[in-house]
Amino acid sequence: MMSFWKRFSYNRGAVIGLVILTFVIVAAVLAPILFPQSPWKMVQRPFLPPFTQDGLLLGTDALGRDVLAGLAHGAYVSLLVGLVSTIVALAIGVPVGAAAGYFAGRIDDALMRFTEFFQTIPSFALAIVLLAIFQPSLTFVIIAISIVSWPPVARLVRGEVLSLRTREFVEAASLSGLGNLQIITRHILPNALPPIIVLASLMVAQAILLESSLSFLGLGDPNIMSWGYMIGAARTVIRTAWWLSFLPGMAILLTVLALNLIGEGLNDALNPRLTRKSE
Amino acid sequence: MIRFILGRLIKAVFILLAILVFNFLLIHAAPGDPAAVMAGEAGAADEKFLADLRARFGLDQPLYMQLWLYIKGAVQLDLGYSFRQQMPVAEMIGDRLPATLLLTGVAFVLSLVLGVTAGVAASARQGRWGDTIISTFALLFYATPLFWVALMATLVFSVWLEWLPGFGYSTIGAGYTGMAHVLDVAKHLVLPATTLGLFFTAIYMRMTRASMLEVSRLDFVKTARAKGLTRGVIQRRHILRNALLPVITLAGLQAGQIFGGAILTETVFAWPGIGRLMFEAINQRDYNVILGVFYISAAMVLLFNLITDVIYVIVDPRIRLTT
Repeated sequence: MMSFWKRFSYNRGAVIGLVILTFVIVAAVLAPILFPQSPWKMVQRPFLPPFTQDGLLLGTDALGRDVLAGLAHGAYVSLLVGLVSTIVALAIGVPVGAAAGYFAGRIDDALMRFTEFFQTIPSFALAIVLLAIFQPSLTFVIIAISIVSWPPVARLVRGEVLSLRTREFVEAASLSGLGNLQIITRHILPNALPPIIVLASLMVAQAILLESSLSFLGLGDPNIMSWGYMIGAARTVIRTAWWLSFLPGMAILLTVLALNLIGEGLNDALNPRLTRKSE
Repeated sequence: MIRFILGRLIKAVFILLAILVFNFLLIHAAPGDPAAVMAGEAGAADEKFLADLRARFGLDQPLYMQLWLYIKGAVQLDLGYSFRQQMPVAEMIGDRLPATLLLTGVAFVLSLVLGVTAGVAASARQGRWGDTIISTFALLFYATPLFWVALMATLVFSVWLEWLPGFGYSTIGAGYTGMAHVLDVAKHLVLPATTLGLFFTAIYMRMTRASMLEVSRLDFVKTARAKGLTRGVIQRRHILRNALLPVITLAGLQAGQIFGGAILTETVFAWPGIGRLMFEAINQRDYNVILGVFYISAAMVLLFNLITDVIYVIVDPRIRLTT
């Protein structure tokens, strides 16, 4: 554990990322306490510029809503969607990849064809189609994002399992009479964990970007304040109130950047032998 | 080679068929009457109109017959009818497709050239300030939401500096012809193509840099150095040629993502392509158009994948032609 932190903190970017992310998490957790009112509520006249009024640090938007409150509540939504959709994507991708890699042969063929299908079709367009046809709600946003983001997990896990399953400790487990399921979950997957963790941290970042893009297009949950929605709503007034689009965009940029930096740090800490490739 | 292309084509056809079945199931899984869904009038249309629709589109027939009719239509490029626009969907997409191909094509070439150049430059300066600057830029653009870059680019270069138009495909009412028209479109293209390209530039840069560094550690590079070849020659002829292969693979896989980016870019810049068409269709709940754009974009991506596969085989003759 000690050496993990040492290696992680050796990557200066990763430490910066961790600081930024901690700040975002604190903002998300404190949002309901600091801004107990609904972020949709009109609190002042519209288009109040930032730093002009006490109590409204970042001013108000086109409908007189508190921008800072929107950003804080948006942080919660972004982190929630990023985290939950990554967990769901892992829950689809890990079993598919593990089964493909472990059983090989026809099962591998069929599962990989299935994965390839999802990887070939334009994923953002697929997410749009799903959300346009079913009513956009937070649950469906998460489902749509998970459906388009699990294939890389399946491919990664398959590769790892494929290389691990011929190793001696797996043979030993097999000879000791363990079933396939136990061998996969107790012996193979724990050894494949480091690259999965690295990928997962990058997936949270991608999911946050995807969620913001979808709500920018008006496909988010209409009852939930999110960063993408704020930019989409401020788009038409960009000539007169550019900061309304600028601020939520910076929030997305910093959060996604922080997660990517942490991903690189985790990669350095967990896979010290591997050279970094691209995601 | 022909067998290889044929095999890939068969696979592509299967994927397209699967998408059609998927689209069909979605229409039927959507809340409400499929006829109402297709008409984009959920809950608003009167019963007689819906009954007419059902008869016209065979929705009164058993499900497997409907699926057959749907696939038969789509194969003949009949993608249904947009009741909102009173136009066949295929015609709407046909009108808009060239603009999207122009935008994505220019953005793709731009990002590949810029990304590879920057990646080579960064790898040659590994660990020094040049590398740090290029890598930081790549990291930033990789984390920036595309639609936001597009908005900020409009704000800075179109609203504040007034250098470039931030809206549309050509100057409305200017009536340019010939060279003047081409220049006009090119000017309108600069901002959308650059913003769409920047995200992918970041990806290709990171990939090229990593790949260059990896290849430069191989034995044949040591041999080249031992032979007394200059740094530049080794970089270009020995390392880059080999380092490009994974970048090409990645570029092929990114085709779908570039189209996804085009939806956002076209929406912000009012670029009249199929991405913008999809955005308009979302707002109007025009399902036939949304599904049609989805289908055509998948077909484009498959075609693009096929082209990169062929390029790959030409660039690297060692690749076995398996399907």
